[in-house]
Amino acid sequence: MTTTAVPPITPEPQRRSWYKRNEISVTPWLFLIPAILFFLVYVIFPIFQSFNLSAYQWDGLGEKEYVGLSNYKELWDDPAFYTSLKNNLIWLVLYLLAIPAGLFIALFLNQTVAGIRIYKSLFFFPFVISQVVVGLVFTWFYDPTFGLLNSVLGVVGLGPVNVLGDPTYVTYGIIAAGLWPQTAYCMILYLTGLNAVDPEQVEAARLDGAKGWKMLWYVIVPQLKPATFIAFVVTIVGALRSFDLISIMTNGGPFGESRVLSFYMFEVALSEYGFRMGYGAAIAVVLFLIMLCFIAYFLYSMYKEQKGH
Amino acid sequence: MRFTYKASIAALSTVAVVAGGSLSASAQELTGDLKIFLDTSNPAPRATMEKAIAQFGELNPDLNIETTIIDREAYKTQIRNFLTANSPDVANWYAANRMKPYVEAGLFEDVSDLWAEPEIAENLASTKGAMTIDGKQWGVPYTYYQWGIYYRKDIFGELGLSEPTNWEEEKANCAKIVESGRACYAIGSKFLWTAGGWFDYLNLRTNGFDFHMELANGDVSWEDDRVRATFANWRELIDMGGFLENHQSYSWQEALPFMVQGDAASYLIGNFAVAPLREAGLSDDQLDFYQFPAINPDVALAEDAPTDTFHIPSGASNKENAKAFLRFMVSPDIQTQINAGDALGQLPVNAKSAVDDDKFLNEGFTMLSSNSPGGVAQFFDRDFPAEMAKVAMEGLQEFMVRPDNLDAILARLEKARGRIYK
Repeated sequence: MTTTAVPPITPEPQRRSWYKRNEISVTPWLFLIPAILFFLVYVIFPIFQSFNLSAYQWDGLGEKEYVGLSNYKELWDDPAFYTSLKNNLIWLVLYLLAIPAGLFIALFLNQTVAGIRIYKSLFFFPFVISQVVVGLVFTWFYDPTFGLLNSVLGVVGLGPVNVLGDPTYVTYGIIAAGLWPQTAYCMILYLTGLNAVDPEQVEAARLDGAKGWKMLWYVIVPQLKPATFIAFVVTIVGALRSFDLISIMTNGGPFGESRVLSFYMFEVALSEYGFRMGYGAAIAVVLFLIMLCFIAYFLYSMYKEQKGH
Repeated sequence: MRFTYKASIAALSTVAVVAGGSLSASAQELTGDLKIFLDTSNPAPRATMEKAIAQFGELNPDLNIETTIIDREAYKTQIRNFLTANSPDVANWYAANRMKPYVEAGLFEDVSDLWAEPEIAENLASTKGAMTIDGKQWGVPYTYYQWGIYYRKDIFGELGLSEPTNWEEEKANCAKIVESGRACYAIGSKFLWTAGGWFDYLNLRTNGFDFHMELANGDVSWEDDRVRATFANWRELIDMGGFLENHQSYSWQEALPFMVQGDAASYLIGNFAVAPLREAGLSDDQLDFYQFPAINPDVALAEDAPTDTFHIPSGASNKENAKAFLRFMVSPDIQTQINAGDALGQLPVNAKSAVDDDKFLNEGFTMLSSNSPGGVAQFFDRDFPAEMAKVAMEGLQEFMVRPDNLDAILARLEKARGRIYK
């Protein structure tokens, strides 16, 4: 090996490439480009596409026909739309029960007993299994003839109730099924949150004589705020996406009384008897506007949070 | 026409030899590809179709056949994608209004020339109407099946009942069945269409085939007194407690156990229910069939007989091969073979085919060929446009659960009619 004389490299800042000069500001964008691109193509663009489509009448096969706002006019006096909207609101309100329920189970499980990990995983189990399975299990549970619910009700002299066949109970019946996995989800969020609770603050509060509900409300819950926020977000999103359970348990029935907007949209636009793309898009736009309220709120809270730090 | 099993097998094999010879002679020209999409995903239909396609392949050794079998339910939405984007050469579907959207969008090939061939024109005449839109034919049928009332013969015997032939007898039977603590009719209306079957029959019997078709085509108001008469007849059975309780929570399969266990005495359903009922342990001594009885003696009896079909997508790349395949599938021997009791278990569309020696197939064949003078309807959700069918079947289910809502339901359907048939 002979050593070749290497000419000394003199730094020449003027001749550095454009990229080198702007590395710090450009690199993050380079990393972001794929995400931004996909977000634009698969999220932002379809939103505007839906807005556009909702002004047309189209069966997905033939020619599109521009109809202006007539899809929305039809929505305005479509009883099925109001049923779905009402059910969506019921879902939004009742689904939030998963948050306090998850909190209490988390508090209950947040102790050191032999085998606590097994109990925790058992409580978490419903979130792991598929929504389809949850739906099927609850369908059998509610079965008016052979179901466990009616057998139990029969023992105490009540019933029989056909939960999924009665328009008054059906939505509540499905929400109860949905709460089972959702509670488990909130529970796991709070369990991790509880790990981060400052034991010194708890100690200090105890010295000051706080206990029971006061301790929970004024010391523990404020420290769980980040967990509560996430639980709130995922629960709201879960409520608005409630589709699989309805599809499995009732298929929107009886006579369309358990539909929510997302299911109605699917039925109108994509199901066996549907294919009214414009009308489906109009429902999607309404659903989007409802979601937008929550999205705006979430973004605002996160923005505030960031500024605070 | 009744055939004994042995005789039909013998006839079949001779026909097969003769037809096989002639087909292979003409088939030597078939080369290239043939892409077939099917929705026959249940085990028996799947095996039947694969066998028939294999036979077609044997006759055309140089033909490269590619078969894709798609889940029956998923197929209903996927067909839109593959017809527009990546067409196969043959796809199966359903007759009448169910194929109309694809015909109107120009996605199905006009096969009127096939129907002009004497082989098909003469032997498939009975289903030509269901395949015709705008005076042209858009595919060929390959199977159809009867609807009617399947009942527990042993329960009827125990209660001293006989097959009813008119509405009064039907109601008298039902009253006795209800008295014995059973439901007269099993039904699972969770997926709505079974309620459509009841409406079809009640309306066909109350107002006749022509009126039913006028209603399907949107020419008659849902608030018409004749429609109300149909619902009034229906209501008599509902008020009697004739229908299985909580039927809105069950699919048609989930309602079968009630019939098997003797909690329900009969079931208005298509012939496809026979196989699961037999598998569940009902023997032919326990299970029997009768034609839906006459209600209005002045209207001719008409039946529901849904027809399944083969089509050539207009985007197909091997149309000649596809046509040869269609010819093959409707030929008498293949029709006999694929519709046999151990295959599809349905009725062949070719008049020269043999009906398998099965009690229900024979009864259905006799009923449709000689005792359905009023006409043959497809089925509620195939005769009515899809959108109308959906809204209407939901209303029918609501009526069965809450008969007092009838006025509101009919007003809703009438409004939908105004919007859908423009």
